[in-house]
Amino acid sequence: MTEPTTAAEAGLMACEQCGLVVPLAPSTRCPRCGATIHPRRPASLSRSWALLIAAIILYIPANLLPIMQTTSLFGTSRDTIMGGVVYFWHSGSPGLAVLIFSVSILIPMLKMIILGILALTVQFGWPLDRHHCAHLYHVIEFVGRWSMLDVFVVALMVGLVRFRSLAVIEAGPGAIAFGAVVALTMVATRSFDPRLIWDTAHRAPG
Amino acid sequence: MRCGTVVARRHRLAPDQVLALVVAALMVFAIANAFPIVNLRVQGLYSATTLWGAVAALWAEGRQGMALLVFATTQAFPLLDLCCTLALLWAARNRERPRWFAPLLRFLQQVRPWGMVEVFMLGVVVSLVKLSGMAAMVPGVALWAFAILTVLMAAILSFHPHQLWHEPADD
Repeated sequence: MTEPTTAAEAGLMACEQCGLVVPLAPSTRCPRCGATIHPRRPASLSRSWALLIAAIILYIPANLLPIMQTTSLFGTSRDTIMGGVVYFWHSGSPGLAVLIFSVSILIPMLKMIILGILALTVQFGWPLDRHHCAHLYHVIEFVGRWSMLDVFVVALMVGLVRFRSLAVIEAGPGAIAFGAVVALTMVATRSFDPRLIWDTAHRAPG
Repeated sequence: MRCGTVVARRHRLAPDQVLALVVAALMVFAIANAFPIVNLRVQGLYSATTLWGAVAALWAEGRQGMALLVFATTQAFPLLDLCCTLALLWAARNRERPRWFAPLLRFLQQVRPWGMVEVFMLGVVVSLVKLSGMAAMVPGVALWAFAILTVLMAAILSFHPHQLWHEPADD
């Protein structure tokens, strides 16, 4: 298959906001919607790296610290994310256990690994299949938001279970760390310019 | 295109229909936030919470960061999204391009990924199952409102604000 002519080769670039095609320039304002247009998002790679590393560091306390603390007549119990998964598994709802495991453990981890691989591919021009890379990028962009699920669950439980004498649920430090991981990976994904994936062709045949 | 994404697609719904959906969603949004999501009963004790109540509870116990995160993703951003869409569609309908049209459209595209009503809906369901073991629950009005809001938002979000540029403008 012959490669189609790219916009950059044709001396053009598109506005990321409204899709208007303008002549190639280092950076210019979109005549239609007024957004700044760059051929590639500036410092895309270093921004994604910085945010990704911050997310990876926060991912450790997010999993180790309790996200929820239940104080009841029978004592205090602290739940980590994994603890919640185990609880559902044993209490007869394996479906929910699988759901929570995938959105709060599997997805954030896969997301960070995939984004890392994409960034490495671009940085060192690894000869990975570019169609797969582009596809992976769209998957993590779509799926990232669902990881917020656990944060919402904790928030609701805290709001609901406030029986002073019987039981009180409080949010643990792990919850905010986890929320931050999700937010950081979302920003990291958005600052990564997927067009960089296609640029690797000039350095390594894909 | 080479990466396999859809470049452009004209929406099934006309802007007018989307406008109607947005107005409906705003009303449902008000209901969803004004009424309790679930009522909980444990041995005579009674507890109910609205979404706002949950955020306030988080704030009160010193988890301000988390309160802000929940407030932003479930209340502030979806509301901003709906209001911006409403304003833009209204302008497009009147065939106007006021000065704020372009900045607002760009703002809308920045805000959009952060509205997480549908994720929140799933969160509600999970917490209901989690709590069903320890207390009797009566789903509140807002629970249904959120369910409806999720569907409406899905329909509205499938409308790309991009395509408003293709609507005719008089000036």
